[in-house]
Amino acid sequence: MMKCFGKSLMFGVLFLFIGGTANGGDLDAFAGRQGILKIAGGTAHIPVMKAAAEVIMSGNPEIRITIAGGGTGIGIKQVGEGIIDIGNAGRKATDEEVATHGLHMVKWAIDGVAVAVNPQNKVVALTSAQLQDIFAGKIATWKEIGGVDREINLYDRDAASGTREVFWEKALKKGEVAQKANVVVSNGAMKTAIAGDPYGIGYVSVGHIDSTVAPVVLDGVEPNLETVKSGAYKVSRGLFSLTKGEPVGLAKAFLDFLLTPTGQKIAIDKGFISVQ
Amino acid sequence: MSAHIFRLAAFASGFLTIAVFVMMLVLGWPLFTSGQFFAILTGEWRPSNELFGIFPMLVGSALVSVLALCFSLPVSLGTAFVVATLAPRPLRRAVQLMVRFMAGIPTVIYGFVAIFLLVPFMREQLTGGSGLNILTASLVLALLIAPTMIVFFVSGLQNVEERYRLAVDALGGRPVQKLLYLQLPQAWPEITAGIIMGLGRAMGDTLISLMLAGNSVAAPQAAVDSGRTLTAHIALVIAADFDGMQFKSIFACGLILYVFTAIVVMLLRLIIGRSMCQV
Repeated sequence: MMKCFGKSLMFGVLFLFIGGTANGGDLDAFAGRQGILKIAGGTAHIPVMKAAAEVIMSGNPEIRITIAGGGTGIGIKQVGEGIIDIGNAGRKATDEEVATHGLHMVKWAIDGVAVAVNPQNKVVALTSAQLQDIFAGKIATWKEIGGVDREINLYDRDAASGTREVFWEKALKKGEVAQKANVVVSNGAMKTAIAGDPYGIGYVSVGHIDSTVAPVVLDGVEPNLETVKSGAYKVSRGLFSLTKGEPVGLAKAFLDFLLTPTGQKIAIDKGFISVQ
Repeated sequence: MSAHIFRLAAFASGFLTIAVFVMMLVLGWPLFTSGQFFAILTGEWRPSNELFGIFPMLVGSALVSVLALCFSLPVSLGTAFVVATLAPRPLRRAVQLMVRFMAGIPTVIYGFVAIFLLVPFMREQLTGGSGLNILTASLVLALLIAPTMIVFFVSGLQNVEERYRLAVDALGGRPVQKLLYLQLPQAWPEITAGIIMGLGRAMGDTLISLMLAGNSVAAPQAAVDSGRTLTAHIALVIAADFDGMQFKSIFACGLILYVFTAIVVMLLRLIIGRSMCQV
């Protein structure tokens, strides 16, 4: 009886402790608030947005947070028009975009864009030159770079993707992408496509890499949290969230929360790099 | 009083349809005046080189929808025969229920299932490449448009006048003879209408081609090539800059789709109208 009591007390204390570190007052800004917060845009952001929304909503049932994808282009466009409260962007908004809509930008994590292939693929390392040739269609089969004798299936992202923008600029050096490349519409869809296609090659946010897709070592550097953080892996970018004008109310509380230790821990848990 | 309200509703919805067309014409007008419209119709899509042609998407849309119709038509016609006359009564009801159920399945489910079942099969067994191609998309689209066509066909085959049918029976005609020489010719207007409806649906569907056709911007040379339809193209480009030429060019896509749909509807009305006159 006593033992049992002791055990439950111990668990109780443990729970209090865990609860304490998880919240640590970071959620205080939401106390007593209510309303709906609409978020859309960059698909790389979604795992963090979802986890943050869950934490916030489970403690504050009066707050509803909706999260949609659509891509960086949609995020910037919709927040600029006031359709949503927070727009996510996988690249820095251009000066023009900021000026037209009076946008306010918060950078809350750093992310790499990794070349991804199917885990069955024997090609695990590429040079930048090879990568550019592959995406330009000059290298057409895996055999030419030490793989199986099958055609390479290219997967590209849609024009409004922030991930694509960064990959095209920093990994492909603004080189051409073959016309016959397949196009998918989100980081998630890219992952599904590569996971299902043993002869495919594409690129995803480092935060999205798991056992279903294999990251490719680029110029001798493996894309992971450490190499992106140290700057050794060059294809990286900031993850941004934007509001129209200075953030107020729930949007402000949400953006502030992303920068608190709890918010940053969520970002790290989801495979991104803290900005602090 | 209530008649007025209904009339108002009818006018309003009619007006909206026209308003949509006018809006697209107004927003796409710069393309006409600058003489770029035909360049867009016939050119290729290379936004980085300032080329915004939608010719590959036109080919993609046409290929996907016509192929889907080719796959779907024989199957739908056969199913309609079975449902309308050939099968024993309990089976007819079962098949008919099934067809109605099929019509209610959301498009995205077909796409989703195809990604995990049909795409790997195509990749490994049939087409090679990524498995995302025009053939894959048109096969699934064929499944999608089949219920629409079957419903049209069945109603056509069943609406043949009783006395004609009795006459065939009296002459000792077998069910198959009755079907081929009486019902099929009689149902011709509905069958044409069903085909046009099916083609329209195939042309207008966005999700299936977006998920399964591969969306490559190269003009497809064969059915096993990856390709992009007009609808998928609009969905992919809509997120681009408002001011950019990319965004403006999708009004050309919209106009073409609109005009195509209008033509389909007009053909439909013409045929149904003519069949009314015959009766």
